[in-house]
Amino acid sequence: MSDFKIAQRERDSVNVLELKGYLDAHTAPKLEEAFQNLLKSQRFNIVVNCRELSYISSAGLGVFMAFIEDVRKNRGDIKLSNMTPKVFNVFDLLGFPLLYEIVKDEHEAVRKFSEKAK
Amino acid sequence: MKEQRLHIESRTERLIAVREFVSTAAREFGFADEEVSKIALAVDEACTNIIKHAYKFDPNRSITVLVRGRNGAFEVAIQDKGNVFNPQQIPTPDMKEYLAHFRRGGLGVFLMRSLMDKVEYDIKPGKTNEVRLTKYLPR
Repeated sequence: MSDFKIAQRERDSVNVLELKGYLDAHTAPKLEEAFQNLLKSQRFNIVVNCRELSYISSAGLGVFMAFIEDVRKNRGDIKLSNMTPKVFNVFDLLGFPLLYEIVKDEHEAVRKFSEKAK
Repeated sequence: MKEQRLHIESRTERLIAVREFVSTAAREFGFADEEVSKIALAVDEACTNIIKHAYKFDPNRSITVLVRGRNGAFEVAIQDKGNVFNPQQIPTPDMKEYLAHFRRGGLGVFLMRSLMDKVEYDIKPGKTNEVRLTKYLPR
């Protein structure tokens, strides 16, 4: 099934996950695996670029919930960027903006990590 | 609107078909894109709950999705024959408290209640369980 894809890259020592397509109960395990791999290799500064994410259900939101605690314990963070209004509405409905840093673009999200490191 | 129905096997890869089916019907009934997305998400959550909880990921059971519309009310009934799972027993979580403890699960029920105007359950153990989601056209 090609309804959800993740591209991973590094930018200024920050790990960027680019999500594309539909994130639901069927595709959420893919994102879970991507986070597991990052944590296993001790990479805790993570930006999730949602520019091409067309859809998210609670199964996808649950993945962010599952990893944020571990990531922050290791002095990292999961920051989200480039959300379409439709996807942002779902995050907002559940109060996620209280807990996650959601910024306009990837550049800003990456910069926040380097500011913190100074 | 004439009643339409879709049968699917209890597999998460079928969720996309459910969303398409419900979206087409909701659009036809007169909802704008934003409302169509909300209805499709609520129905996805209901089906996901059935697959996970009522059928415990058994891929060979079935789910029926019925859509009907009358007098400005668009109703989606989702039926299963699985184990009794009564989401009515799940209290609406205090999201602030909930997020502070990084809990998962229960988010779907919260979303369904937030996205739709009415959520009703008809639980008949051993027969058919039904959850009915209703949304009204804006006047």
